[in-house]
Parts: sequence; structure tokens; C-alpha cells
Amino acid sequence: MKSPLLEINNLCVDYVSPNGIARAVNNVSLTIAPGETLGIAGESGCGKSTLAFAITRLHKAPGVIPEGEIFYNDRDILKMSDKELRNFRWNDVSIVFQSAMNSLNPVITIGEQITDVILAHKKVTYKEAVAKGKELLEIVGIHGDRLSSFSHQLSGGMRQRVVIAIALALEPKLIIMDEPTTALDVVVEREILNELYDLKEKFGFSILFISHDLSLMGEIADRIGVMYAGNLIEIGDAKTVFNNPSHPYTKGLLASFPTIHGPKERLHGIPGDPVNLLKLPVGCNFQARCSECVAICKKMVPALDELRPGYKAACHKL
Amino acid sequence: METIKTPEVVLSVKHLLKDFPIGKSSGKKSFMRAVNDVSFDLCKGEALAIVGESGSGKSTGARVLMRIYDKTGGDISFKGQPLDKFVKQHGSLEYARQVQMIFQDPFGSLNPVHSIFHHIARPLLIHKRANKKNIERVVYGLLELVGLLPVVETAQKYPHELSGGQRQRVAIARALAVDPKVILADEPISMLDVSVRLEILNLMSDLKNKHGISFMYITHDIATARYFAEKTAVMYVGHMVEWGDSDKVTQTPQHPYTQLLLSAVPKAGKSGRRELEAKKGEIPMWKPDTKGCPFSARCPRVLDCCSESFPEVTQIADDHFIRCHNL
Amino acid sequence: MNNSNIASKNISTPRHESEFRKKCRAVWFKTKAFFDGNPPAIVGGFLMTVILLGALFAPVLATHNPDKRVARPHVAPNSEYILGTTRNGRDVYSQVLQGARKTLSVAIFAGIIATVIAVSVGVTSGYFGGKIDEWMNFATNVFLVFPQLPLLIVLAAFLGQVSSVVIAVLLGVTSWPWGARVIRSQTLAIRNKEFIISAEVMGESKIRIIMVEILPNLISIVFGGFLGTVIYAMGAEAALGFLGLGDATEVSWGSMLYWAQTSSSLYTGAWWEMLVPAIALALTGGALALINMSIDQISNPKLRTGPHMKIWKKMHKEADRSRGLL
Repeated sequence: MKSPLLEINNLCVDYVSPNGIARAVNNVSLTIAPGETLGIAGESGCGKSTLAFAITRLHKAPGVIPEGEIFYNDRDILKMSDKELRNFRWNDVSIVFQSAMNSLNPVITIGEQITDVILAHKKVTYKEAVAKGKELLEIVGIHGDRLSSFSHQLSGGMRQRVVIAIALALEPKLIIMDEPTTALDVVVEREILNELYDLKEKFGFSILFISHDLSLMGEIADRIGVMYAGNLIEIGDAKTVFNNPSHPYTKGLLASFPTIHGPKERLHGIPGDPVNLLKLPVGCNFQARCSECVAICKKMVPALDELRPGYKAACHKL
Repeated sequence: METIKTPEVVLSVKHLLKDFPIGKSSGKKSFMRAVNDVSFDLCKGEALAIVGESGSGKSTGARVLMRIYDKTGGDISFKGQPLDKFVKQHGSLEYARQVQMIFQDPFGSLNPVHSIFHHIARPLLIHKRANKKNIERVVYGLLELVGLLPVVETAQKYPHELSGGQRQRVAIARALAVDPKVILADEPISMLDVSVRLEILNLMSDLKNKHGISFMYITHDIATARYFAEKTAVMYVGHMVEWGDSDKVTQTPQHPYTQLLLSAVPKAGKSGRRELEAKKGEIPMWKPDTKGCPFSARCPRVLDCCSESFPEVTQIADDHFIRCHNL
Repeated sequence: MNNSNIASKNISTPRHESEFRKKCRAVWFKTKAFFDGNPPAIVGGFLMTVILLGALFAPVLATHNPDKRVARPHVAPNSEYILGTTRNGRDVYSQVLQGARKTLSVAIFAGIIATVIAVSVGVTSGYFGGKIDEWMNFATNVFLVFPQLPLLIVLAAFLGQVSSVVIAVLLGVTSWPWGARVIRSQTLAIRNKEFIISAEVMGESKIRIIMVEILPNLISIVFGGFLGTVIYAMGAEAALGFLGLGDATEVSWGSMLYWAQTSSSLYTGAWWEMLVPAIALALTGGALALINMSIDQISNPKLRTGPHMKIWKKMHKEADRSRGLL
């Protein structure tokens, strides 16, 4: 078995606010193998974006990582010095943000943005950087001439592709994508996904894909992890998580998506509202909304147990 | 034997047009056409879903119906009367009371400096649905109806103390306060958390069934359209290309654009590149003098006549209509 | 469906707090929260209170009559004349108290005029848009390029000696454009929000929408603009007085500087005559600036430097130390 590309052990991320300390990520452990696509699903406030930021150490005050280790190829990212971090970022791990429209600088051309990234990390001449930029654009399906366009001259889908091109610039082994297609129309999303499949085949990078859209994850991810209120509550291979989930939250989440084909019946989402991270209950975080809550759920936090090899869930009923 | 009741048409739109000025070129003002020749009927106690991507004109159409924008052409009738006549006779306030709107952004639809009580009491007082004596009872009753418990506590809160789903419920309560006949819901759930969306849709469904309110549900998500609405209409660049019974439109789509939408949706378990039948293309900007079918540039079944005229309405089945030259 | 069906029968209606009382309580809590863990607010607020009280109770707190000659000229500060005397033998301490009244009232009056104009212009052009917006923008731009101080100097020189009321009005009428710009853009941002469209469709009158829906959202920037204008007006009034263009017979901080300058007080070693009004101006300006800064902190929580940031710094350091990064 290959050693994992990324290994996260007991990661905790806290946010210090005037009203208290909110634990956005609580004791999360997971691994990503080389070439694998791991999907992290969850709603707002579950900590998935915080997790993504923590991996690249992009978290800013008032966020702090009090515990945990993140190993990338046996080097702990959290222990890296600034110089090592600079080498690590974008060379090994790059990130595609949610509102990619806003990640592009509106006053400089996209060509400049791509060459900036290349020149910042590699010792190449300007001409070589431009050539590489053209190559990258063609890889994502945009004509090389558009290097001189500004971001507002491109459509939403094209901007997203530019951002993906920038993420690929240094051929990283892991790309973190935080809701990359949420703001796009379904047809454009399909085009982006097609590109991603091709790119994955060509370059073989791993993807940490963060989204709330479970059917999207069911399609592109090899494994899916589900987070709720900072905890990883279920993780396993995509097929099982999607078709046969164990945790009540995952079941409820899957039941929240009406299908296009399939019986027309009244569905129920999950009653209640996402829990307030500053006022967590004793015991399981999901108790207030869980249909299968029992007495022990209100006393003890369920541990992430391995139900079968490679499949874990955190629930007292299992 | 059941007698088939002809449904009572509440809102009827025929050949609606809406143009927006986009600046002057060579001295003459030029326009873009956001809504082109759109017709539909909204019946009592029924929901019509308008499905389309960004730029399809669906939100603009709703705003024209709300009289936020003036229509450029076409006819709108409300309860059998032409809209202008109705407004002249009963006043625009009365129309605004009977046709309410819920917006997409739960954070923008409530004023941060006013309490929830104020938000719901205001329309009640303006439209004289309650007076100073019974206003509290009525407000609490509405909050209970939309499931915001405990009502007294919630009424005293301010918007930033509520979650997105709760705010949207307040917006629904506010719309309900004046006893409307029609509610236009412009992407009411797309900015909410996934687990909360269904609750809001179910609430709207209950209101539709129990109180006979007609809904116009605007969305880009065809799955929720099928779940919530009896009828679905698909729009592309301001044109309505296919409409009819929701099941017929979503299970047996005939128009190439609807088929494109349905094939593009992610399907769990079917990983891998999925080529779409339609060609890659940018969404065109429609002008009043543009001719032909807007989808012709990307259509896999395009014919020569498609760039010359926008197709007429063809009835494929009982309650299933389409506008396409190549069937 | 009518509302009597909806009106809840099961819920006993408790006394619902009137909106006004709730607002008063909210304001009190907000004020308390404003000072909590907000050093600039505490320092600025304290200083400003002292200064305002001094100005308010000037006749009571003054030890001598500020207009009369009460001692020999240029007496150094001692127990009888706390801050010394001027060239003309007047008590500096009493003068600075009396001068505070004049200077502050001119500054505040100018601030009020400027803020009222700025809000009217900004909100109107932001809300109505179209031609109204175009014309108001034009007017704003015209007033924006007025060189205020030179204009005031020219006017004052032209009209001879200008009374402080005229100065206040002139300052107010020339310093509103900046605030109007900011308020206009904020109004534009709010105007297109759905709750405004909702209110319009609901049938609310335009005036009510502006006063009740839009203005309450603008309070912090309006107040910030007001304080900024007061600081500026104070400085401008002092400058005019210093140049001798104000009313030199009235006691204000500006005129005190004028007399200090004409009597070459620094040169002759009577530093107190010049320094006292100068420090008074600096302290007041500083206090107002601190309060302005703390208002910023409220509207933008990211700027907060409350006690939670100290906790964060501690945690961050500990985490770094445990990883060997320090």
C-alpha cells in the first residue's frame, strides 16, 4: 500500500471571537493517497473550508491551530519555517477558492497573473513563463491569445478555468478545491468537470474536493468524508457513503436532495438549524436534530470508529 | 365520476416583452431584450416553476410581474382583468398586496436595524390587516404558521441573530401577512444550507395546498422544480422554450436545451467525462431586432430555418408544449 | 384565509415590550459594549468629557475674568495664575476655558451644518439616482474643489474681521462634499438590497423609506463624518484666528494663538502663552480622533482589538512554541 500523500492527525482549529472560542475543526484525522480524489461534504459552519485553509496554513487571526499534525510526504506542514512554506505552497499544494471570480485581480491581465505565479517560484525567463502560461490556458481549453484579456472580459466559466490553470502552474501533487463550481450554471459546471477529468488523467494529482453537493461528490470522488460542526462524522468509499450511509446526518443530507428521476414523494431535510459553534451541547453535536438520538448521545461524544476496513463513522448507534 | 374543474386562472401573461437600455451607439439608444414573447398561465393553488440559467430572464420576468419594472410589451391579466385596469380600479397598493415576492438573499431581504416584529407588523399596518389592538396576536400567529418557535422570543430578535433558513421563514411570514393570492419566489432556497432547503420548500407546499396560494417558483435547479411545482417552464435567454406538466418536462424533455440541462446534472456513481450534445457556446445577448432561435448556435439539431425565426408553439402532448423547428 | 384564523389562539400574549423601550435598552447596551475592551474609546471619551465639562462650566471653573487685565504681563505659572498670564496680563487658564467655549461651539456648529448638508445630498442622490444624482454629483464636485482655507482667508480679509458665526457657516458650507460622497455610496449599496425593494413594493412612502429604512443603517458613518468635520473645523478656526482674521477681541483658542504670536511670547520665554492653547487644540483633536477610531472598530469587527485578540496572541504563541517554530 502506497504511503499517503497527505496525512492529517487530530487537527484542531480554533477561532477566538469576542463571544468565546469556537472550535471550527475538532480532532479531524484523514489521509489522501496519491492520485485520489477525496470529497469533503458538509454545510456552512462545518469546518470544511477551515480545514482547507489550515492545510496550506492560510488561516489568519483570529484562527489558531492549537493541536494536530499535517504530514505531507512525511514533513509536518505545521512545523515548516516560512522559507519551507513558501516552497511548499503552490509547488506541492495549490488551492482553488470558491469565488474564483474574486480571486482574479481585476486590474491586471490574466497572463500577468499566471506568469507572476510561475516567476515567483521558478527561476525561468519571462519569455519562458509566458510560453508556459499559454500552454496552461490551452490545457484548460482556453485559447492562448486570451493571455492578454482582463478577468471581466471572460465569462464565469472561463474565469474558473483560468483559476484552475493557475493552480496547475507548478504541477502540484495536491489541489484543494473549495466549492469550485457552486456559483456556476449546471452546463458550465459540466464543462469544468470534463476538463478536470482530463487533467487528472494527464497529470495524476490528488484532489481535496470540498462541496455541499453530494451528488457531485458521488460522481467525481473516490472517497467521501462528511463533516458536521467541526467533526468528521463519516468517511469511506464514495459508493457506500452515497448509497448506504451509516450516520444519521449523512442519511438526512442525502435525503435533502430531490431527484429528477425517481418517485415523487414528500422528502424531509434535517429539521432545525446548524448548531452554533459557540454553544455546543454536551455529547454529540448533532443531537438536537437527530431522529435517532438516545440518552448516551447527550452525554458522550461519539468516537470515529472503524466499521469496516477503510470505512469510519462516529455514532453511538453503530 | 369526478367532474373536471377548469382551474381558475389567477395570473395570465401573454407575449411579454421587456427591454433594457444599454447605452447609446452612433447616436441611437440601443436596447437588450431580457424577456421575449413569454406566455404562461398561473392557476389558483398551483405552482409554476421557471427554470433557467443565469441570464435567462427569469428574475426579470418576475420583477415585471411585481411592477418593479414596467413591461415593454405584451399583456398581463390578474384575476381576469388587464393589469392596468386592475391597478386603476383598486390601486397599486392592492395589487402589491395580492402579489407578493420572496427574494433569493435571506441576508438582504431584512433590514438589519429593525426587529422581526417590525418586519411583519409593518405590512399588516400598511394594508390595514390588523390594528394596534390585535397586531401582536396576528404577528405571533404568522410566526407560528411558518414554524418560527418560540414566537415571542423570535419576534424580539434582530435579523443578524437568525440563521439563513429562519430569515427566509420571516420573509415568507411577511409575504403571508397580507393574505396574497400569488407569491413569486425568486430562488428562495439557493442561498440556504442544503439541509434547510427542503423544510422551506415543504412549508411553501403546505401554504399552497392549505391556503390556495399560487406560487411562481424561479430556480436554476430542475430537481427542486419537479419536487415542488406541478408545472415547469424552461427559459433560455429570455425565451420560454418548453413548458407543461413538471413530470412530462423533466422525464421526457423534447427541447434540446432542456435535454442539455438534464444531461449536465451530476449523477452519483457515473464518474468520467460526459460529453454534452450541445456545442460549447456563450450565452448571446438578445436585442429587439435579433431573429431566430436563441439556442441555434449550440443546438445539436439545428436547421437553417432556426436562425431566421423563433419557432411557433407546438403541442406535443396534453399539457406539454415546446417551441422548436426540428421535432 | 384571513388573519383571524392565523392569529394564534393558543399563545397567551405576554406584555410585548414597546419598540421604543427596546430600542433604548439596546442603545444602552451598545454604548456599554462600545467602551468595553476598547482603549481608544475609553481614553478618547474620558478626555472629551473633561474638555466638554471644562468648556461648559468655564465661568464657574475660571479663576479670573479672562477679558480683564488681572496681573503683570508674562507671569510664569504659579499657584495664583495656574497657567501664567499673557502679554496683556490676562490669566491664561481662564482664557483657555473661555476659549474652549468659542472654539468648540464654532467647530460643532460647522460640523452640524456640514453633516446635515452631506446627509441630505448623499442620501437623496444615492436613493433617487438618475438626473437628481447627476446634478447633485455636479454640485458636490464643484464644492469639493473649493480650496477651503484660502477661500476663508480671502473672504475674511475682504470682509474685514469675521464673526465666529460667519466662520462656522462658511466652514460648514465648504466641508460637506467629502461626507456626501461617502454617504452616497453607502446609500447606493443599501438601496438595491431586497429589503428596500420590498418596502417600496409594499407601498411605503419614499420619505419613510429614507428616514426609517436607510438612515438608521448609516448612523455610524454619519457620526464618523460629523466628528471628522468637527476636528477639521476646529483646526480651521484656530488657523483663522491665528492669522488674525477672526475676531481678535473675543477669546478663542485661535485668538489666543494670535496674541501669543504678536507678542512674540516664545521668543521672550513666555512659552505658556503659546503652548497652552496649542496643547488644548491637540488634545481635543486627539480625543475626537480616538473616538472616531473606535467607531470604526464597531462597524468593522475585524479591526477590533478587544481582549479576545490578546487571548488569540497567547494561543498563537503557545502553538508556535510547541511546534518549535519560535
